[in-house]
Amino acid sequence: MRASSGVHLKTYLMLALMIVFAPLGNVLLGKGMKSVGGITSWQPAVLLGAVRQIVGSPFIWLGVASLLTFFVAYMVVLSWADYSYVQPASSFSYAVVALLGYLLLGEVVTPLRAAGIALICVGVFVVGRTPPRTTEAV
Amino acid sequence: MREAFLFFLIVVAGTGGELCVSRAMKTAGEVTDFRPAGLVRFILRALRVGWMWAGVGMMAVAFFALLGMLAIEAVTFVVPVTALSYAAGALGASWFLRERVSSQRWLGVAIVCVGVTLVLLSKR
Repeated sequence: MRASSGVHLKTYLMLALMIVFAPLGNVLLGKGMKSVGGITSWQPAVLLGAVRQIVGSPFIWLGVASLLTFFVAYMVVLSWADYSYVQPASSFSYAVVALLGYLLLGEVVTPLRAAGIALICVGVFVVGRTPPRTTEAV
Repeated sequence: MREAFLFFLIVVAGTGGELCVSRAMKTAGEVTDFRPAGLVRFILRALRVGWMWAGVGMMAVAFFALLGMLAIEAVTFVVPVTALSYAAGALGASWFLRERVSSQRWLGVAIVCVGVTLVLLSKR
């Protein structure tokens, strides 16, 4: 019984880390990349300048650190939990990215976009509730 | 056209990478030691699995495509559209792996696609 609650606790902890750090990483990368701007030319000098700006942006490094934290939590939880269990739980990250985009970047989340994100969360949840294996084991 | 290509890379390489990493983690075994040294040992063990390198490589491609998209579009637009990976995963499972995708899973994929469509329409 105790072992089971321990598994639940560490699973919830890892899922919480995933749901917070994946959207946070994307928002920080978005902030960093907005300062770099779109790459309009594929000339080596232009690409080199863009890479310098990307590498020199603290937001990019913070974003990468956040995504690495997400990735480690993702790897760790997949070592004992099913992918089909982890996938629906992580659907909340789409809602969190909208919230963080609004709060940290000041992006406008229109009612239409909010409705779309809510539907995506529902759809991912429904997908995740289906049996993970649909074919016979070999 | 450039945006469609970047979204294609994010969805296809990202989904493929996740599946490869998932398979690698099942091979590497369960994490039992959560101390930093234990986690480092576990990561090094996972890196000895070929699927991990394939997964990390594909996820790296998806990451740089994501950086390219984030430079030109809002985060609240880019990230929800990447949910199309669920549709790509179901279609790939059905066409290439010949899995029997249940009606409930197709329903979930359809809901995701409607949601992504709303997000795409919100850009106008």
